[in-house]
This record gives sequence, structure tokens and C-alpha cells, in this order.
Amino acid sequence: MSPILRFRTALLALAAIVVVLVAPHLLAPYQVVVLNNVGIFALVTLGIVLLTGIGGLTSFGQAAFVGISAYATACLATMADLPPWLAWLGGSPWGALAAGLALTLLVAAILGGVTLRLSGHYLPLGTIAWGISLYYLFGTLDILGGFAGITGVPPLRLFGIGFESSESLFVLIWVVVLVSLLATLNLLDSRAGRAIRTLNGGQIMAESMGIDTFRTKMVTFLLAAGLAAFAGWLYAYTQRFVAPTPFSLQAGIEYMFMALIGGAGFVWGAIIGAGAVVYLKELLQDVLPLLLGKGGNYETMVFGLLVIVLMQKMPLGITDTAARRLKPLLHARRPAPSGAAPWITAAPPLPRRPRPAPAESILEVRGLTRRFGGLVANHDLSFSVQAGQILAVIGPNGAGKSTLFNQLSCVDTPTAGQIFFRGRTVNGRSARDMAAAGLARTFQHVKLLPTMSVLENAAIGAHLRGGKGVFSSILRLDRREEAQLLKEAETQLVRVGLGAHLHAEAGSLALGQQRVLEIARALCADPCLLLLDEPAAGLRLKEKENLADLLSKLRAEGIAVVLVEHDMDFVMGLADRVMVMDFGEKIAEGLPEQVQANPLVLEAYLGGAE
Amino acid sequence: MNAQIALLLGQDGFINGAIYALLALSILLVFSVTRILLIPLGEFVSYAALTMASMQAGKPVMLGAMLVALCLIGLLMDARDALRAGRRLRFRASKLLMPAYVAAVTGLSVTLPLEHIGMAFQGALTVALVVPLGPLLYRVLFLPIASANGLVLLIVAIAAHVALTSAGLLIFGPEGSRTEPFSDATFTIGDAIINSQTLWVIALSFILIALLYAFFEKNLYGKALRATAVDRLGAQLVGISPALAGKASFALAAFISGLSGVLIAPITTIYFDSGFVISLKGFVGAIIGGLASYPVAAAGAVALGLVEAFSTFYASSYKEVIVFTLLLPVLLWRSVAQKGVKDEQ
Amino acid sequence: MTARTPSASEVIALLQVSGLHVSYGKIEAVSGVDMTVGEGKIVTVIGPNGAGKTTLLSALMGLLPARGTVRFDGEDTAGTSIKSRIDRGLALVPETRALFSTMTVENNLELGAFRFRARPARERAAAMEEMFALFPRLKERRAQLAGTLSGGERQMLALARALMGRPRLLMLDEPSLGLAPLIVRDVFRIIADLRNRGVSILLVEQNARAALKVADYAYVLELGRVAAEGPAAELAHDPRVIAAYLGINSKHQERLAI
Repeated sequence: MSPILRFRTALLALAAIVVVLVAPHLLAPYQVVVLNNVGIFALVTLGIVLLTGIGGLTSFGQAAFVGISAYATACLATMADLPPWLAWLGGSPWGALAAGLALTLLVAAILGGVTLRLSGHYLPLGTIAWGISLYYLFGTLDILGGFAGITGVPPLRLFGIGFESSESLFVLIWVVVLVSLLATLNLLDSRAGRAIRTLNGGQIMAESMGIDTFRTKMVTFLLAAGLAAFAGWLYAYTQRFVAPTPFSLQAGIEYMFMALIGGAGFVWGAIIGAGAVVYLKELLQDVLPLLLGKGGNYETMVFGLLVIVLMQKMPLGITDTAARRLKPLLHARRPAPSGAAPWITAAPPLPRRPRPAPAESILEVRGLTRRFGGLVANHDLSFSVQAGQILAVIGPNGAGKSTLFNQLSCVDTPTAGQIFFRGRTVNGRSARDMAAAGLARTFQHVKLLPTMSVLENAAIGAHLRGGKGVFSSILRLDRREEAQLLKEAETQLVRVGLGAHLHAEAGSLALGQQRVLEIARALCADPCLLLLDEPAAGLRLKEKENLADLLSKLRAEGIAVVLVEHDMDFVMGLADRVMVMDFGEKIAEGLPEQVQANPLVLEAYLGGAE
Repeated sequence: MNAQIALLLGQDGFINGAIYALLALSILLVFSVTRILLIPLGEFVSYAALTMASMQAGKPVMLGAMLVALCLIGLLMDARDALRAGRRLRFRASKLLMPAYVAAVTGLSVTLPLEHIGMAFQGALTVALVVPLGPLLYRVLFLPIASANGLVLLIVAIAAHVALTSAGLLIFGPEGSRTEPFSDATFTIGDAIINSQTLWVIALSFILIALLYAFFEKNLYGKALRATAVDRLGAQLVGISPALAGKASFALAAFISGLSGVLIAPITTIYFDSGFVISLKGFVGAIIGGLASYPVAAAGAVALGLVEAFSTFYASSYKEVIVFTLLLPVLLWRSVAQKGVKDEQ
Repeated sequence: MTARTPSASEVIALLQVSGLHVSYGKIEAVSGVDMTVGEGKIVTVIGPNGAGKTTLLSALMGLLPARGTVRFDGEDTAGTSIKSRIDRGLALVPETRALFSTMTVENNLELGAFRFRARPARERAAAMEEMFALFPRLKERRAQLAGTLSGGERQMLALARALMGRPRLLMLDEPSLGLAPLIVRDVFRIIADLRNRGVSILLVEQNARAALKVADYAYVLELGRVAAEGPAAELAHDPRVIAAYLGINSKHQERLAI
């Protein structure tokens, strides 16, 4: 981080501390209470932003997690005769926090294990179901006081300081909120955070880059549950009383409203959403009786209608709309930097894997067949590629080339036949294993994260070359490694000719450039085999020439390349060998000139003589 | 438990199961045509049951007011959309269909001596009042965001449920109601007593399912709805408007759930907020059917009704816990059955 | 078949496109395309993958928002829905075919005439018999589910379903995609036959030679712009086009278009 940036960050942090310390004394006591609630809600909502907005996993059960922790806290704080194995935790807020967190995470791990593998709408419906179950459980277990709940939670004491007044709780709550916010921002700006961000629409790509998507989902889910558990602990000590209602499905739904209204894709959206919903409800409670008379209970109805209108007008939330309005103002002041920041460029390069020996067999395919029902997409294919060789696979659309690629990278499993990668069979291996073994690929339909920067997209490719996890990221202990990863990304981007676009959003590049970005991402993995699916489509002539130069250089470095391409000029000038496919079968293979000139090949490829 | 109690519970389970099955079918229909999880489906059920109860109690029926309001909002939105697209406001007779229908049923519900018109007519008018809620809600709430992502659709569906529930409180009040049974007759088989209401529910459910089957197999509009569910692009390309398909699927769902409401009203006490849990059980059925298979969903829903009835007997306070926890093994099974990684969108 | 050279005065423009721009988010996939399809003509759009051909057809059909003017039969289509374009006589057979895979061939065809739903059912039945005469294979398979058909039969069904709506301009996106060579030849024969029945056709093809052989006029699309245009017969011999798009496959494609 540059000195100027560091100074600015320190200044911001100082300002935040001052505000948190001073605000409760300037505000009316009632406002302090309301803001305490906003803070606790914001903590839960932050978890939803991470889980739903960024990870794309929808949960309506967060309120139940808050409840588990709040009940654990209240039980430990109030029960006189705890069973002996729990007694050591009794009476200590730290013990309550530990117990609440542990219990919440345990339940979350079980529920996550059942539901996180599911796609589509099963997850939200599943969370609705367990949200209801847990709520009824709170209400029916005698030990938890039934629907009357548990009263008489003693005030919180930490480090000998009593947190009894709203003002003192304000400081505690908002310190926790701000620290969590900072931790989330740190997390998202890291190797682990990039993995989380691939979950929303990039899972196939992520697996191909070696990211364990299920594990990443579980980690994200546990983080969100952990934030809810923290909120539950604070809630129990703020209210000094717990009952089932605030942990019902309705509450879970309200947290989701907060996240979506605030802007589920934005970390700040958590605070904005929680604040917006709380103050909106306050406003409705004050205003509606004046407008519509005291008799009816209009608040909930009008609230529901307002949520609908807000979602229709701002489907991405308040933060998104505000950010877009403010963007022109901010951009005018700060010109976008070109090139990578100094802390990145100064990093030492990442170690590379040992190069395969020249002419080592990298890929060997024997009798590969893939059927989809009655359709034979690949039939009895055999070929091989050595280190430092470029094999071009050509054939009309629908000839089975993409199916072949998917099997080579273990995204798809062959019906019959064998694939050997560097002498070892790939049977039973996953896309992740192949990435770890040194296979990197691009996709026919570009798979990038359009709202992430070009630099970050490329850095996803280097995922397996780093190892720092969530906690190092949150505590910023990962900076050395992060600098190395980003430097690798920068190096490869410069190499493919995208050096001028490092900080642009990937979605703003032209389609041809997006394909090249995919190549840079693949190169970040330091592969020994590169699978390129139509790399030259959408490129201008000059760009094609540059790409051909790059691929020649890679060949000289000993990388094996298999590419699918339609542009014959591109292929003929570049490839060492050409394989022709039609209707799933290999109909010819040889030197480019041979294939082009071979009348037998033409004959076969033409679909029979007249 | 003896055989008699078992039969009694079995009857309860079958009745509820049949209702859940009907709701599960509506949920699947709406989801496959529009990608919307219709959470407010339960409100159609409770509105129907409570409207029927108001008629029998001689209270004024207020649902018409809501229809008129929604209809006006819909017309205003139509006009606004047309102006935005730079089109001239053109008068088309088809535009008058909905307002005329709403005016007619509302007029009937206000002017007729509802208490004395007989149960069959009360039921028919109730369903006729609930049906337009479907297409009107689709027009006003979902059509403006038809292309939004699934999460936004879901949130709007949930917000609609919240708004409709509290509107239900305003319209029907906080008290629960139960209507008179269709007939008091009972049948005895051996020493077991079978309630005629059970037979009514099961017979009408079967007739409804048969009618739906005929509609989707034989009728051009039914086929058009199926086509939209199978391939949205293909449907658009033969001129089936997604908006029309959306309204039609919502109308069908409102019809089925309105009828379900009339059917269970004599059996269960319905409150303004009873709908949510009822529709969630329909969802459990739909999930068992994998959000795709109608017969599996129906069977799952009936099984759910039975489990619910018997858990009421064995552990009544844990009834809801048992019913919703039952979903976890189903999800686990789906999770194991689903192989590989998929990208959402 | 010989490609005739249409002169501007001779042709009544059925479709007239000027300055068409289409964007996906921030990327512009089609930038300022001008094109004309005359009544009763076959016009082809060729170009490499990713050139914007499919995007162009989607925009013309109203599936994607676009800037610029599209006049169909003299009327501006701005702001009109897909449905109203279909009612005026536009039809698209997309690359994916978009068949109703779990419904029968008959049901697929019947729904193809959905825009005539207010007309008596026997008219639809008569139209279906016409299609069965044109595609005898489909008659044999009339009770079969569309999803169980072979690739060629699917393409036939997609064409027949589109024709059930009696279009004036039929837009075909890669009709030969994934089909065996003999069947591709059938498809091109049918396309030529349709023109003789008075249907105008806008054809997007990767089989450039075959497309140029059957078409009257051609546009070469590259990176979202018209890189070249002209009478198909002339373009087929333009050395730039040969070099860029026809390549090794060319002879093969030419034979398919007989």
C-alpha cells in the first residue's frame, strides 16, 4: 500500500472511532437504542451480503442462527444449575460467545452439508424449511422457556467494563460492526475472496482453475452464520431477554429485505439496508396513523408494498443506484491508474513448476467415446500431444470438439476409452485435480466474472499457486503472497497485450479481448498443457498475429497446446499437427499441408463422393 | 392407537394431502412458466376460505374492493408503458375484458343477498372473486420485473405475501372462521366413520386434476402454457406472449387455490395468516417433485399430509418441526442425486 | 441454381435495416449495420463465429433491444413486441431450434400456428397436412416427442413450425449446424424451394460457400460490422472473402448447395 493510501486509511479509521465514541452522547437516547438495533441487524445482513449478494447462495434462515446463539448466551448466563460439563462456561460472556458460535457453526455445518450442493431454488426453500423448524423448536423446548422465552439475562461485563447503558452498548455494537465490515472488505480483496466471488455464476470455471467450490460455499455459509452468531450474542445482552419471535422465518425474510434493499452486492449495503428498513418502519409507524387513522394495522401492508416498489425501481439496491449517481463525481477527481500498484510490481515472481522434458508425452488419448443418450458426440478418438507441440483440432460446429475438451479437462466423463495426462490416467480425477496437475483451459463461451477487474480475473488462474485462506486474508497476513499472485496476473496480462486494461471491468472488454483474458488467466496457472477453445474468434488481424506469436513462444517454452479453431489461416501457419473431426470422429490427422492437400481427407470430410 | 383413530387420522391426512397436492401443482405450473416461486399462493387459499365464511356469516364481502384497486393500477401501468414506448394509446376491446369481469363479480358480491343464495353459489362466487387476483397481481407486481434475476422475483413474491397477509387482516379481521360443511352425511364402514366432507374434497380434487389434464393435453391454450414451460424462447417465437402466459398461469393457480380454500374452509379454522404455512407445505410437495414432476409432487404432498396427521397424534407440539425437518432428507437425497457443478442463472 | 443480380429499382424492400446497433451490457456486438432484404429474395449473412450474426437476427426479431431503424414492409418496428412482429409476418428459426421437446411433432406444428388461434381448427389441420406434404418424414413421426427426433428431423420440424405461421420473411440461424452432409443438402434444397413459393429468406450460415450458392445477395459480417456486401455470385469469387472465410472447407460446401 502506498504511503498516501495508508495515511488516508488511518485517517478514515480515526474518524470512524471518533464518530462511534462521540455519537451516543450527541444523539437522543431513543435514537441510540434504534441505532443499536440497526447495528445488530447490519451484522446479520453483512452475512447475507457475503452469502447471497456475493456468493449467490440464498438463505432465509439467518434469523434462526441469531436465535441459536442468543439462546445459548441466555441459557449460560441465567441458568443456576448447569450440567457439570457446561458449568465452566457459565456466567462468562466469553464462554457464552464461544458456546453460541460453536453451536451455530455446528448447526450451520450440518444444514450446509445437506443443502449447499443443491442448485437453483432448493437452497432458499430449504432454508425456509429449517428456519421454521428451528423457530418452532425454540418455542416448544421447555428448557428454553417456550414462547415466553428466557428473562433476566445479566448485563454484559467485559474486561471489567460494564455494558449496561445503551450508550456503552452502542460503542461495543458499532465497533463490532465496523471491524466486521473491514474484515469482509479485506476478505473480498484476496485470494479467498476471489474464490467466493466465483460462486455466483462462475462455478464451472472456478473448478477448472482448481477452486474447491463446495468447500468455498461451506466457508462462506459458516462465515455468514458466524456473523449471525455474533449478532445473537450482542442481541441477548442488549435486550437482556430472548423469546422465539425475533428469530422466526419472518425475521429471516426481513434480513433478506435489508440486504436486497441496501444492495446485496455491496458490503456497505448491509448498513444502508438495515438502516433503511429500520427507519422506514419507524416512519410508517409515525406517519400512517396520521394519514389512515389509528384503527388499522397498515404498517406491514405498506411496508410490503414499499419493498415491491423499491425492488421494481432499484433491483440492485440503494447502494447500487447511489453509486451510479455518484460515479461521475468521483471519477472526475480520481483518474484511473494505469499499470499495477508499486506494492505489486515489487513482489518477487512466483516459483514455477519444473518444465516437462522436451518431447515428453503430455497427453495421450486412446479410444475415447462419449455418448449422450443415443447421440455419439465423440467416437473412438485416439491422439497424442508432446511437450512443445501445438495440435489444432478443426471441424465444423457440432463435430464434438467442445465435448472432447470437457473430457480432457475432466468436466465431463468419457463413456469409454482412456486419457493419460503426463503418463497417468485421468480416470476418476476431477477438474480440480487436472488443474493441479498442470492443465489449464479457456472456454468457447467466455466464462469471466464481468464485474471484477481484468487483473483479478486473471489472478483467479493463479489460485493454486497460493495457499492463504480466509483468516490470513481478514488479518491481511496474506499481502506478500497476494502481491506475488497479482504480479503474476499482471505479467501474463502484459504478455497477452492487455497491459493497458488491468483495472477495467472484465465485462467492458470486447469479446476478442475477453478471449485473450481467458488465455492470460490460464497462463497464470503455470500450465504444461493449454486447451484453447476458439482463441482467435472475434480478434482483428493484428491481434491474431500477436496471439500466434504468443503461442509460438509458449511452444518454445515447452508448453503443449491443443486448440480448437475455425480460422484456417491462423491454424495452418501455427500448428505442428492438425486433427480433423466430423460427427464425433477423427477423420484425419497430420501436418497442416498434408491435411489440406490430402484428397482422401477431403473425400471423407466431404461426406461421400458424388 | 387403534384402527379407528388411525382411520380418522388417515382421513385428515388425505384431505390435507389432497389440498397440498393441488397447491403443489399450481406452484409447479407457475414456476415452470414464469420462474416465480408463488409464495402468496397461500393467501389465495385463506382469502377464499374467509370470503366464503363472510358470506355465510352475512358480513359484507370486501374482496371486490381490492380487485377494483388492482385493476385500476394495472390499467394505469398499461397506459404508462404504452406512453413510454412512444406508442399511441390505442383502444382495444380485449383490454376491457378484465375491468368488465371485475366490475361484474364485484357488483354481484355487493348486491346479492349472499347469506341466502345457497352453498354452491357461494362457493362459485368466492372462486370467481379470487381468480382475477392471480392475473392482476402478475400484471402489477411481476410483469415490470419479468426479466429480473430469480432472487428479485423471490423477494417480490415474499413481499407480496407480506402485504397480502396484512391486507387480509384489514379485510377479514383477526378472528378465525370455519364454514358449514357441504353436507352432514357420514358413512360407516365396519366401525369406522367416514365424513362426507372427506369424499367431497377427494372427489373434487380428482375432478380438478382430470380437468387440468384435459386442458393441458387437448386445449390450444393449455398446450401454449406447456410450451412456454418447456421452451420459453420457442414459445415467444410462435407468438405466445410471455405476459399472457404469466397471467394465465397465475389465473389457473388462483383458481386452484381458491377452490382449495373453499374445500378446506369447513374442515380447518382459517385465519388471515394461515395461508403461509399451507402454501409452504405445497412447496414441500413441489420440492419432492423436484420442481419438475407433477405426479411425484402430488404423491409427495399426499404423503406429507399423512405424516402431518400422524405426527399431530404422536407429538402434536412438534408437528411443524417434524413436517419441515422431513424436507432435509429429501434435500439430501436430491443433493446426492445431483452430480457435478452447475452454474446458476 | 444461378444467383441473379438484383438491382435496387427492381426489388421491393421487405426488410430495411439502417444504422443498427446492439449491445450486451457494455460490449457492442453489432455496430451500425445497414442491410436490405427484397421481397422474394434470399439474402445471406456470413462471417466468422462471434461476428454478431446471431445477435443481428435476435435484434431483428425483437428478442434484444437495439438502436437504429428496422422497417418491415415499410413500417417502423421500433418499440413493437415480438408478438406483433410475428403477426406482421416475421419468423425466426434460432440456432438451438427451440422446439418443445417434451411435446409431440403435431403439437409443435399446431403451436406454430398459434397466431391463427382465433381461426377454425380445421385451417390449422389443413396447414399441417401441407407441411406433412413438404416434409414427409414428419408425417411418419407425427405422434413422436420432438426431443426424440434426429438432428435433421428437428431442423425440418423447426422449419415446418415456423412455416405454420405463414411468414413473409423467414430468418434462419445456422440451419445446417450439426447436420450430416446429405441432410444439409436437403435443407438447402428446401430453402431454395421456399423462395420459389414466395417466402423471403434471411440466412445466417457458417457454410459460406453453400450459402452464397443459394442466395441472391450476401453480407459479410466481421466484428459486428458489414465488412463486404454484394451479389452472392460476385462475393463467392471475391478473393478476400475466399481467403478469410471459405478456406479448406470450400469445395465441400459448394457441393452441398446443389
